[in-house]
Amino acid sequence: MPDAGIMTPPTPTAKRSTRAILPLVGAGLVVARGGRKLLDDIDVEIDGHGLTTVLGPNGAGKTLLLRVLAGLLTPDQGRVLWAGRRPARARFPDLGFVFQKPVLLRRSARANVRYALRVAGRTSADSRRRTDRALAEAGLEHLASAPARVLSGGEQRRLAIARALAVEPEVLFLDEPCANLDPASMAAVEAMIGQARSRGTRVVLVSHDIAQARRLSDEIAFMHRGRIVEHGAAESFFARPQSAAAESFLAGRIPL
Amino acid sequence: MQDFSAAFGQAFGLLLALDRDLMEIVGLSLRVSLTAVFCAGAIGFPLGAALAVARFPGRGALIILVNALMGLPPVVVGLLAYLALSNAGPLGPLALLYTPAAMIVAQAILVTPIIAALTRQTVEDLRVEYDEQLRIMGVGPLHAVATLLWDARYSLLTTLLAGFGRAVAEVGAVIIVGGNINHVTRVMTTTIALETSKGNLALALGLGIILLALAIGVNAVVMGLRTTAVRSAYA
Amino acid sequence: MTRRKFLTLAAALLGAVAIFSGVPQPASADQPFIVVQSTTSTQNSGLFDYILPMFTGKSGIEVRVVAVGTGQAIKNAMNGDGDVLFVHAKPAEEKFVAEGHGVRRDDVMYNDFVIVGPAADPAGIGGGHDAIAALQKIAESKATFASRGDDSGTNKKEMSLWKETGVDPQKASGTWYRETGSGMGATLNAAAGMNAYTMSDRATWIAFNNKGDLKIQVEGDKQLFNQYGVILVNPEKHPNVKAKLGQSFIDWLLSPEGQKAIASYKVDGQQLFFPNAAPSS
Repeated sequence: MPDAGIMTPPTPTAKRSTRAILPLVGAGLVVARGGRKLLDDIDVEIDGHGLTTVLGPNGAGKTLLLRVLAGLLTPDQGRVLWAGRRPARARFPDLGFVFQKPVLLRRSARANVRYALRVAGRTSADSRRRTDRALAEAGLEHLASAPARVLSGGEQRRLAIARALAVEPEVLFLDEPCANLDPASMAAVEAMIGQARSRGTRVVLVSHDIAQARRLSDEIAFMHRGRIVEHGAAESFFARPQSAAAESFLAGRIPL
Repeated sequence: MQDFSAAFGQAFGLLLALDRDLMEIVGLSLRVSLTAVFCAGAIGFPLGAALAVARFPGRGALIILVNALMGLPPVVVGLLAYLALSNAGPLGPLALLYTPAAMIVAQAILVTPIIAALTRQTVEDLRVEYDEQLRIMGVGPLHAVATLLWDARYSLLTTLLAGFGRAVAEVGAVIIVGGNINHVTRVMTTTIALETSKGNLALALGLGIILLALAIGVNAVVMGLRTTAVRSAYA
Repeated sequence: MTRRKFLTLAAALLGAVAIFSGVPQPASADQPFIVVQSTTSTQNSGLFDYILPMFTGKSGIEVRVVAVGTGQAIKNAMNGDGDVLFVHAKPAEEKFVAEGHGVRRDDVMYNDFVIVGPAADPAGIGGGHDAIAALQKIAESKATFASRGDDSGTNKKEMSLWKETGVDPQKASGTWYRETGSGMGATLNAAAGMNAYTMSDRATWIAFNNKGDLKIQVEGDKQLFNQYGVILVNPEKHPNVKAKLGQSFIDWLLSPEGQKAIASYKVDGQQLFFPNAAPSS
């Protein structure tokens, strides 16, 4: 059960001395394709602690927003700032991103996690230790030597998240982490995400699953047609949605 | 009309008896072509991977050129290598002409475009798949190339074997730079050419079948590798 | 497959390379050797396989023969890619020496050419001893004739004979006159396959194993005489030439011992080459 309070997350267990990404700011973001504005003049700030869900119907621009904020895509207009600076290149391991379809290397599960740790600059011995721990926490230690690609969909998703978390990122983006998962896998993934949040990682995830958003979120950014229509504490959003679009969406109707 | 069956029998008899001359020829063929393929791989793998990963002006033209060079006629390669290695040529002082080393060089030149082109295609496909993940991890271009090459290892091994097949079966290049000298630079294909020119057609055919068996063996290994790869859900 | 297994396989392949390097080594690298540029017809007759071991046994010098078409052999020698030139194209050889590429030219041996053709003998030349007349008859009857067409010594001889007939066979190239652009062996294969007439040196013909339906139709004409010459490549032009070793090979060829060796080479009981070096002064 996530905290009911607005911005009172638990004290992070991992102390972070430098902040390389937060506050994560997007100002005046515009992405247009074929004359249509997929992101329509978006201003957003992500800071503090806890878990933010970017919620909204399909085609709202949620994934696109995440990619722009992560520096994967340059917006047509506007800019993104990481701790006050423009993203010059990927700030790994400070910023992690788990794609909707996990991209795993053609190696064992263990090798995948180790790869990320080595890229993050960990020593050999340190990597080994952290890998074992990450796999254990993901419940994948019995599959450590298996080729990552023979794992089931849910296992692959957990592995991708374990890989992202093993390097202890400051911010973690997740794009629809539970898409196409059965309830048991979904619960396992949500547990991992909750654990990351408890450890002090700032989590931003994209979802169109209302129930999940209710379960996990401290904060909601509701998107509709390329705009962030509402942005605030989760509890108030679910209790008193301000916009007609949000109301429709929460009621299970397609917002116009 | 020659007695083909008797001559086939002669060829296989030599093989079974491990005839010294035949073993020498087969051994040299394998030594030259295997070495050439490894050299071609050492150049072709990074070249192909670099072409797949890097972006620079003229990249498109270079890719077309490398692809086209796959079709280099062996005899042309032999001719170019001869002109370079000849005592009248720039590399004459190296005294490589008419030695196995020259044959290795010629075959390496022949096979490198194949390996580079196939590597580029494989790594390109993989790069498209891995691109964003590697980008988000901040993996630099050199490290990315190494990562892609290792993950493409099965396809690359198949590429090596394809290069070997091309090398071991060609005659045009090795006959010009090697000279088909008895006990020095005579390999399977040049022996077949020689026996054909002597009218010993059936013996030549018998040797050809031995060469074919070699090619089949190589392909069987490839098949075995691919099966292993599929079992590890590599592809 | 784990990384370890994969690397093991790669190591095994490398090992294969190493192993095959150890297979009965071709001639030792320590033994002195010379490179002789010669022709495929001489090679295919088997002469070198017969006489070279004798020379090597006596001198300890290994002889490496590069057997290509006459034109290519001369060109290679011009490039300095050989120590000795041993071909059968006298005018071209003399030009080679005159232009400074070779030290001097000596006669070594001769054999002769024969005109072979299908047993049915459509041009009716069988049993003749007049090469020019035979070629004329072939042209008149438009019987298929396979020519080497590769500017080799044999080819040059053939063209000089055609010149005497007054017929220009190249005008008919592609019809009854077929230019294979290949060596003697390949041309004989083609002639056997097409049941055509062709001109071959006797040595290659006797040693050839795919005669098909062909047999000798014309021989013994003085015009079919085929002279072989040997030349040392000029070390002043190409410092890499092994002048001393090369000269000792030439000296042996021209010596009574070498000449006797050439004469003693027989295939099917027939002597293929007739030594005719000038007696040493």
